[in-house]
Amino acid sequence: MIPAPFAYARPTTVDEALQAIADGGEDVKVLAGGQSLIPVMRLRLAAPETVVDLGKVEGLRGVRDDGDAIVIGAMTTHSDVLADPLIAEHAPLIAEATGTVADRQVRHRGTFGGALVHADPAGDLPAVALALDAEFVIVGPGGRRTVPASEFFLDYLTTAVGEGELLVEVRVPKLAGSWGMHYEKFNRVAQAWSIVAVAAVVRRENGRITEARVGLTNMGPTPLRARQVEEALAGAEATAEAVAAASERAADGTEPSSDLNAQADYRQHLARVLTRRAVSTAAGL
Amino acid sequence: MTPITVRVDGATYADDVEPRTLLVHYLREQLGKVGTVVGCDTSNCGACTVHLDGEAVKSCTVLAVQADGCEVTTIEGVASGGDLHPVQKAFNEMHGLQCGYCTPGMIMASIDLLEDNPDPSDDEVREGIEGNLCRCTGYQNIVRAVRHAAAEMRGGADGHVVPAQVDTAAAPHVVGQA
Ligand SMILES: Cc1cc2nc3c(=O)[nH]c(=O)nc-3n(C[C@H](O)[C@H](O)[C@H](O)COP(=O)(O)OP(=O)(O)OC[C@H]3O[C@@H](n4cnc5c(N)ncnc54)[C@H](O)[C@@H]3O)c2cc1C
Ligand code: FES
Ligand code: FES
Repeated sequence: MIPAPFAYARPTTVDEALQAIADGGEDVKVLAGGQSLIPVMRLRLAAPETVVDLGKVEGLRGVRDDGDAIVIGAMTTHSDVLADPLIAEHAPLIAEATGTVADRQVRHRGTFGGALVHADPAGDLPAVALALDAEFVIVGPGGRRTVPASEFFLDYLTTAVGEGELLVEVRVPKLAGSWGMHYEKFNRVAQAWSIVAVAAVVRRENGRITEARVGLTNMGPTPLRARQVEEALAGAEATAEAVAAASERAADGTEPSSDLNAQADYRQHLARVLTRRAVSTAAGL
Repeated sequence: MTPITVRVDGATYADDVEPRTLLVHYLREQLGKVGTVVGCDTSNCGACTVHLDGEAVKSCTVLAVQADGCEVTTIEGVASGGDLHPVQKAFNEMHGLQCGYCTPGMIMASIDLLEDNPDPSDDEVREGIEGNLCRCTGYQNIVRAVRHAAAEMRGGADGHVVPAQVDTAAAPHVVGQA
């Protein structure tokens, strides 16, 4: 099927893009890589009046060094992310998770920002952004604001990016030295979406885990932090036993969905197992 | 209607298109490049794979207007003169197809993979073309064809390609995640 007709705007600056969104009528959609939007438009699950294409907007693509953080432009494609030296050095978790997203063709078009704003519960990057305590830079008619990851993912397919606004970049604090990280994903053959996945970021010093951050993919309508696991790990000995004991709490308080791929209780089982694996690898165990 | 200028298989086209036109439909219906086919409605099958500015993409999941100013290569543009591309030749020689419907996309995805990785292992081929579905071959001979082409393109004899073996186990990377 082909999409329903729409008006098309192709701005070249962020200001022009905001204006095009403001002028676009009732139902305006921003087009980034189109790898989520075009499929839903083809199925006529979305039929926007106007599509504002960010493809030619300058300054949204690429990664830069900003002192204690790296800044990833919203239009940086998944394949750009995989090849980027700053990400490889300061936030390898992002590249690891991005490598599991979809397939080569989709990764050539799909963008880092698009995947985060789309906020699919099974999408891989939201839980990673949450575990890395990333910050989201959003612009709109009212100016520019920065939203922490903990306040970005509001509900199913819903983020802090409001109507008329754009995500322009994401700041990711540099974590070096004693930090380790790992993304552990469980999915079916030839269907890349996560049934459940876990992003673990662990700081290890003198045989102890001093801090752990655990992000859960597809354990509810939004990505989650496994706070009970994080609390149990803080200060724990870096041993397989301690990690296994803490990981038992990974599904506490979660209400994952049941669908064709997995029942809720199976997802909770997966969360515990994958958390143990993700944290163990991140801690170098 | 939106004006676009696109270079496709070496020729430049200037056209007016409806913004909702998918690149694959522009190629097939407006330019007559029917070598690129549509196999699904969900961006999963990869039959429609073309190269956009040198990168493999699913042309059913790109709007024609997004290709404005870009260079597109389809399966119809990979042979030079009467000589098939080494990947085309390898699919033929290694029986990498049965009905052939997935083949244009498989070949375009494989060429893209070999540009990044000129000597992929079996697993790397399987991972590299995971965005392409074949309902006939069981993939075994497709993997052989891609490795055969890789050897050919590296210059020289078909080094490590071994005959297809009967192996019904899932790919190792999947086992590793379970
Ligand atoms: C076959 C297939 C398999 C996939 N498998 C996976 C997978 O395993 N894991 C995974 O994580 N993802 C997967 N994806 C999705 C992929 O990651 C997409 O790239 C991503 O979800 C959307 O990015 P995009 O740039 O294509 O966004 P688009 O499709 O262009 O946009 C998505 C949504 O975000 C909005 N938006 C985009 N950018 C901005 C911005 N800068 N500001 C404001 N709003 C914006 C759009 O309006 C739209 O609503 C898959 C997709 C396909 C087609
Ligand atoms: S036609 Fe199936 S992915 Fe494009
Ligand atoms: S040869 Fe028939 S689908 Fe691949």
